[in-house]
Amino acid sequence: MISIAIKKWSFYDRITGPWGRSAVIGVPMVFLLLVFLFPFLVVFKISLSEMDTVFFKDILTWADGVVDLRLKVGNYLSLAEDSLYIQTYLSSVKFAAITTAICLLMAYPFAYFMARSPADKRPALLMLVMLPFWTSFLLRVYAWKMLLADSGVFNNLALAMGLISEPVKMMNTPFSLVLGMVYTYVPFMILPLYANLAKMDLRLLEAALDLGATPWQAFWRITVPLSKSGIIAGSMLVFIPCVGEFVIPELLGGPQTLMIGRVLWDEFFSNNDWPMAATVAVVMVLLIIVPLALFNKYQAESNSGGRA
Amino acid sequence: MKINAGRVTSRVWMGAVFLFLYLPIFTLVVLSFNGSPMVTSWGGWSLRWYQELARDTEIINGFSLSLEIAFLTACSSVILGTLAALALHRFKRFPGRTLFAGMVNSPLVMPEVIIGLSLLLMLVSVQRMFGFPERGLGTIWLGHTLLGMAYATVVVQSRLQELSPQMEEAAQDLGCRPLQVFFLVTLPLISQAIGSAWLLTFTLSLDDVVLSAFLSGPGSTTMPITIFSRARLGLSPSVNTVATLTVAVVSMGVLAASILISRAERRRAAEMAAAYRAS
Amino acid sequence: MATNSNSKPAVAATGDAPFLQIKRIVKKFDDVFAVDEVSLDIQQGEIFALLGSSGCGKSTLLRMLAGFETPTSGQILLAGQDIVGLAPYERPINMMFQSYALFPHLTVWDNIAFGLRRDGMPKNELEARVTQMLDLVQLKAYSKRKPHQLSGGQQQRVALARSLAKRPKLLLLDEPLGALDAKLRERTQLELVGIIEQVGVTCVMVTHDQEEAMTMATRIGVMSEGKILQVGKPAEIYETPNCRFVADFIGSVNLFKGSVEVDEPDHVIIATPECKHYVSHGITGTAGMAVHVGVRPEKMTIQQTPPRDDERESLAEVGFNIATGVIEDLAYLGSLTTYHVKLETGVIVKVTHTNDARHNATQLTWGDKVVVWWCGSDVVVLTR
Repeated sequence: MISIAIKKWSFYDRITGPWGRSAVIGVPMVFLLLVFLFPFLVVFKISLSEMDTVFFKDILTWADGVVDLRLKVGNYLSLAEDSLYIQTYLSSVKFAAITTAICLLMAYPFAYFMARSPADKRPALLMLVMLPFWTSFLLRVYAWKMLLADSGVFNNLALAMGLISEPVKMMNTPFSLVLGMVYTYVPFMILPLYANLAKMDLRLLEAALDLGATPWQAFWRITVPLSKSGIIAGSMLVFIPCVGEFVIPELLGGPQTLMIGRVLWDEFFSNNDWPMAATVAVVMVLLIIVPLALFNKYQAESNSGGRA
Repeated sequence: MKINAGRVTSRVWMGAVFLFLYLPIFTLVVLSFNGSPMVTSWGGWSLRWYQELARDTEIINGFSLSLEIAFLTACSSVILGTLAALALHRFKRFPGRTLFAGMVNSPLVMPEVIIGLSLLLMLVSVQRMFGFPERGLGTIWLGHTLLGMAYATVVVQSRLQELSPQMEEAAQDLGCRPLQVFFLVTLPLISQAIGSAWLLTFTLSLDDVVLSAFLSGPGSTTMPITIFSRARLGLSPSVNTVATLTVAVVSMGVLAASILISRAERRRAAEMAAAYRAS
Repeated sequence: MATNSNSKPAVAATGDAPFLQIKRIVKKFDDVFAVDEVSLDIQQGEIFALLGSSGCGKSTLLRMLAGFETPTSGQILLAGQDIVGLAPYERPINMMFQSYALFPHLTVWDNIAFGLRRDGMPKNELEARVTQMLDLVQLKAYSKRKPHQLSGGQQQRVALARSLAKRPKLLLLDEPLGALDAKLRERTQLELVGIIEQVGVTCVMVTHDQEEAMTMATRIGVMSEGKILQVGKPAEIYETPNCRFVADFIGSVNLFKGSVEVDEPDHVIIATPECKHYVSHGITGTAGMAVHVGVRPEKMTIQQTPPRDDERESLAEVGFNIATGVIEDLAYLGSLTTYHVKLETGVIVKVTHTNDARHNATQLTWGDKVVVWWCGSDVVVLTR
């Protein structure tokens, strides 16, 4: 690893010229390697170790001229065998997908209407969308606890108005979980969609209408395909973090809402089983690796393709 | 007829989403003035929870720690993020660029539990080997910087892409060495983006729960951690008060910023129009 | 302030070493030759225009002069010094960018003073120089303004002042009038030349606009696909193009394809399907050679009756340089009329006629049968 770093460094040096290229690339690169990549390698290694020997016994030992590689794949096996884990992973993906879909349905018309608003109103609208984002998300999720609880605001109001005779159970259910996640992540869906739709050339739609398309057809055949990159970006920005969400399931979820983020937390903080937590994390990363790659590809394209 | 229907749908839909977004905030604010500690009953308008907040040392200490960390995070994120944005924007080919871009962008979406766990495990390994670092302010700062850097890079990079490359070439043509080009021309032009990135990462750090929980040590409990543990146990009026204060501060800040910006924009537009007419 | 722009300053005698020597410059991007073995000699004090359509390599060449691109091979000598290895900020060259690239966060004064400050010029000298530049472009009253408070024409003048402030040995202009609208362009062309001549700096400019090049430059280099096709004064390029591309690129030209019938030292006869051409000068070539004959539209005369023999340039031309046809299209442009005449072979020639009388008795119109003729001295023979 060190030798790779040195090789990279000398390459930078040779072509550095007057730009100090090595510093500009090198500093963030080294930081990221140490703080982002290296920890993943540590996690992977730990997932293959025993808890009590996680640091004291290396997985690779050398004795009597024999190299001994001890990989405890037991963690992975127990993960695969335990149906609860598998269920939790699937459940997390399911909830993340539902949240993404609802966010998209909610955000797309919103972003569309916002992009079609008069230009001078748009900054104000954007600000109004961003304002909750700047206010602590933890506090806002907590607020839903107050609203949805059995003795919470909604139930109290409904009871007082005579709409229901006893409290409706809304809290600690899949409903409250999805509601909380949609609530938290909908701005993440709105922003890329809005950015994309605002930049769209309206003349394309005018051309479509001129050529005989109805507004509905023009929408589906022109607007939606052109906003594809915004849809993908927004979806990834919602789906991937939702898979591993912890705070919202913890505050608003319940026994029916199995989320892998909570499992990881519990393995680490409650069971103190670090290798198991590490294993859960590795499998979670594998689960999101495809959407993650998609997201990175989109980022790279939008950064280079945007400019000719 | 069709246009009117469209406009009505537009207003209704947008209004509904705004209602959805703001209802919890509104509830928090109103209930923070509720004399009764329970949501079920209204105990009249009261400031008792604010008075209790003033005596709540746990939250106050947590808040000052969070502020400190947020400040440090914002500074480090902006520096690293600007460097990363420059690297990605200016150098289209260098060994490891794909990896670099992936590492810079991934924290934006990576679940925090994964980042928190992996960072913690690494720090503990390093601690076992070298004796340091102890978990505390520094380690939380490190984790927050990783996250903040990702956001800062996006903000600065998008601004860099708006700049015409001819600006920097002109500076070079007139005699600037590369470092001078950066400080005299590039930096002033991206200064607003850097400012936004600073505020954004500050807010992110102030609000973070998961990373802070994984990376904190004894005595370094941030405010979000305190609030979270209280919220887990049930409903707590102290949370409402903190929320209201936060909303008030943020709203005032955002309002002030947007007024200043729109005033500057209007002035600029007027100047350009005057120049156009005069020519 | 401005000298009569029709009298370009005398170019240095060919005996002196050229001020700017571009020697066999090549620029390759992957497998594509953007600039393919270009060599040019530019004299001190001249305004040299690189003319060509987009993608011909002229901008790449200019950027290599400025230092923003490194040549794949070749030398660039400025006053004898090879500058290829120098960074842009080390060269005594300044460039005026197409988009002006004025620093939006600095005032007009600071923009112009920018380069001088990098050199560490003492305060008094700096102030004097900046004031001098502002006087030169007549923007003294605007020194405190920022670029967005100026009109397009004013911004251009600031850009010019900024690029001249350091008294560079070579001034580069990148499509200087591209960003201006047509009316402003006319006025600015002459103003720009006036200022450059007043300062006396050697100038290389890049443009795709023929009119710009012809108006402003002392010499023009026509470029296509990375190569220089012809270098010469505007009149030389227009009246004696050395190939079909140049003939067609500058203005319009009617081209006839044929072969040499008679090759004499003082005249040549070329046979083409449309007519026989009598060229009243010799050419380097042989009988039987395939050539093109080029005649510019304004050199042709269009009338309904054939010319008398004594109207021709010389009696030897009777029967040559003449064709009949039908007016297929015409465009009345005020000062002149353009006719598209379909000859018997089906080829369409373009003829322009100056409307030098208000009411012309012989008003030609669509469908008229006409005779088109020209003089042997107005013909150009193109061998490639």
